[in-house]
Amino acid sequence: MIAMPRSLILLGCAATLIGAGAWLAPPSRAAEEPKPYTVKDGNKVDEATYKGYLYYGDLCMRCHGPDGLGSSYAPNLTDSLKTMTKQQVEETIINGRKNVNSANDKVMPAFGFNQDAVDNIDNIYAYLKARSDGALGRGHPEHLNQ
Amino acid sequence: MRKSLARSVCVAALATVLGSASAMANDELQKMSGDPSQWVMPLGNYSSQRFSELKQINTRTAKNLHPVWTFSTGVLRGHEGGPLVIGDTMYISTPFPNTVFALDLNNNGRILWKYEPKQDPNVIPVMCCDTVNRGVAYGDGMIFLHQADTTLVALDAKTGKVVWSVKDGDPIGKGETGTSAPLVVKDKVLVGISGGEFGIMGRMTAYNIKDGSKAWTAYSSGPDNMIMFDPNKTTELGKPVGANSSLATWQGDQWKNGGGGTWGWISYDPKLNLVYYGSGNPGTWNPTQRPGDNKWSMTIFARDPDTGMAKWVYQMTPHDQWDYDGVNEMILADTEVHGKMTHALVHFDRNGFAYVLDRATGKLLQANKYDPAVNWASKIDLATGRPVLVDKYGPGVQGADHNTKGVCPAALGSKDEQPSTYSPITHVFYVPTNHVCMDYEPFKVSYTAGQPFVGATLSMYPPPGQSNLGNFIAYDVNQGRILWSDPETFSVWSGALSTAGGVVAYGTLDGYLKVVDAKSGHLLYKFKTPSGIIGNVNTFTHDGKQYLAVLSGVGGWAGIGMAAGLTEDTAGLGAVGAYKQLSNYTQLGGVLTVFGLSN
Ligand code: HEC
Repeated sequence: MIAMPRSLILLGCAATLIGAGAWLAPPSRAAEEPKPYTVKDGNKVDEATYKGYLYYGDLCMRCHGPDGLGSSYAPNLTDSLKTMTKQQVEETIINGRKNVNSANDKVMPAFGFNQDAVDNIDNIYAYLKARSDGALGRGHPEHLNQ
Repeated sequence: MRKSLARSVCVAALATVLGSASAMANDELQKMSGDPSQWVMPLGNYSSQRFSELKQINTRTAKNLHPVWTFSTGVLRGHEGGPLVIGDTMYISTPFPNTVFALDLNNNGRILWKYEPKQDPNVIPVMCCDTVNRGVAYGDGMIFLHQADTTLVALDAKTGKVVWSVKDGDPIGKGETGTSAPLVVKDKVLVGISGGEFGIMGRMTAYNIKDGSKAWTAYSSGPDNMIMFDPNKTTELGKPVGANSSLATWQGDQWKNGGGGTWGWISYDPKLNLVYYGSGNPGTWNPTQRPGDNKWSMTIFARDPDTGMAKWVYQMTPHDQWDYDGVNEMILADTEVHGKMTHALVHFDRNGFAYVLDRATGKLLQANKYDPAVNWASKIDLATGRPVLVDKYGPGVQGADHNTKGVCPAALGSKDEQPSTYSPITHVFYVPTNHVCMDYEPFKVSYTAGQPFVGATLSMYPPPGQSNLGNFIAYDVNQGRILWSDPETFSVWSGALSTAGGVVAYGTLDGYLKVVDAKSGHLLYKFKTPSGIIGNVNTFTHDGKQYLAVLSGVGGWAGIGMAAGLTEDTAGLGAVGAYKQLSNYTQLGGVLTVFGLSN
């Protein structure tokens, strides 16, 4: 990746978000957020991240593919989470997404009524963030305390 | 009142369309399927052999094949299924929105008519793995489409006008969807249902071809009257199943979310008057949550198409722990098994075993691995019919919240829905296969109607030390062994075709249509189509010339599992080339390609 001055990256990011008309958290906050995960030795993770991996597999993998990497149907979330805030990710999970027009028939379901999704929304975010930051590799992680 | 009015209008319209509706559709269909110039049902004939008597395209001429015309469907999602050819017209259907095209073969595929149903887009996210459709059926001058929202619609084959339409299930409320191709048998249209990942109640339903009224519904799990079993007459491995054969294998009410989807293929034996199909995974993917054999998930059913009653059944994977759906095609072949002429049903199951049964009685004759990587069971006990399990590869034995490693095959099976072919000339089965293993961790989930009911997560990778994710194999049931095997970079997810010309054709996920020598597997011709192929190859003639046709358009579960490449073997053992990304080879887009020989 080409190195870019930090302010420039943030500006570019804000521009896309405004373009999409999405709700905006100040972009700098996303960058300063404390890490929601702990990863040691490349694949040992805390309880939240581990659960996030499990429920990602349960609820999201059939569309977003293994390890959050995207599929022929839905986007690569390890890319998406580089620019989306936690709030935007959570809103997407709760409300779903519709992109249906002459070129596309893409719908992500709203998980607002899915108890497993609601209970694990922070965990799923932690897992995806760890994947997106490059802190956690592909495949099945291990428990930190085992 | 309004309903009955609509019905009588439909019937009146139908009468004008058909003239004589009394002819048995299957007599006509059976005759038509014997005419190799046409391709009248998705799997070629009632025996699901995908074989053609045509031989202009043969081992000598195949090298002269080339694409002669192409047609874009305008839809991006995964294109399973394949074209039908009825007379001078070709019919294809697309993934959601399930557009049907009638293409004029006299005019290079000009569109004669197009039917595009209006469906609620909220159906899309309750489809398991992409929005596929496995093709339309023909019978009595009508084309039958099974829409994503489970509507079964009869279209006038000449005009595309709706003759009747009926809703088979509840997509939004219960997660029931339609992906499979219907089959016309006698005066009925049979249709299965998808939704094994949503805790549905799997079933096969027969509708009367005249007006779409329901003839019977046979569930995969439940009380005897719902599953349409006669406890004294319905047999498994020759013995009556007895009363409550399904209920006794579930805890409490769990059969009510019992799964057992019927989203695969249906075959028919007119002499025995039996239809054959398989059921899919039980309830959740977490086996510890549903103790018991979970009958009749993962089962081959033989039913009377007139009444729906089950003659015999055979459960291949009792108490599934791996998502090895039993829905793959049932090929009916009269061939030698262990040297003895047999009226066989041959089924290459997701679980990696090739089952050979006597299709009249349901007796199990042979069950051998068709991929040496298969490890979850050491063998199938032919006397009891049960797999001899290897405990360390049983996620249910290892328990919930434990990661069971190195299970082969992966949940997508040694083979999925992509139909095989059988050549009655070589007496060999040609089978598109997956060569993938997995780690599987089950955990507790709760059931909410219309929400996914999965409860397991998995990681997939090639068998240790290997890099090819698929093989195209020739399998001989007489000796129960693989004759030859062509390795493929990715899973082979396309339905195969064999012909009297001594050739076999199939497509690959990276987009090649390949024609190989049936004897050796030696490659005779290949062409890279615009997108990965998960559709089924067919053949027909027009103006005396033989053609091959196939849909490309990557997607389906193959597109989801492989777009980003597979995970490295978690044990870190020999993950040779495990990062092959399908997305580096091919992109989306539905296109029909028709191949012919140069003069
Ligand atoms: C039925 C398929 C499906 C399922 C299941 C699904 N998604 Fe999605 N998701 C999509 C599609 C399709 C899009 C893109 C829609 C579009 O084109 O705008 C999407 C978009 C997203 C986005 C926005 C990405 C971006 O770059 O804008 C996020 C974040 C997301 N999904 C997270 C999840 C999570 C987390 C889960 C599991 C809890 C999940 N999704 C389950 C299909 C799905």
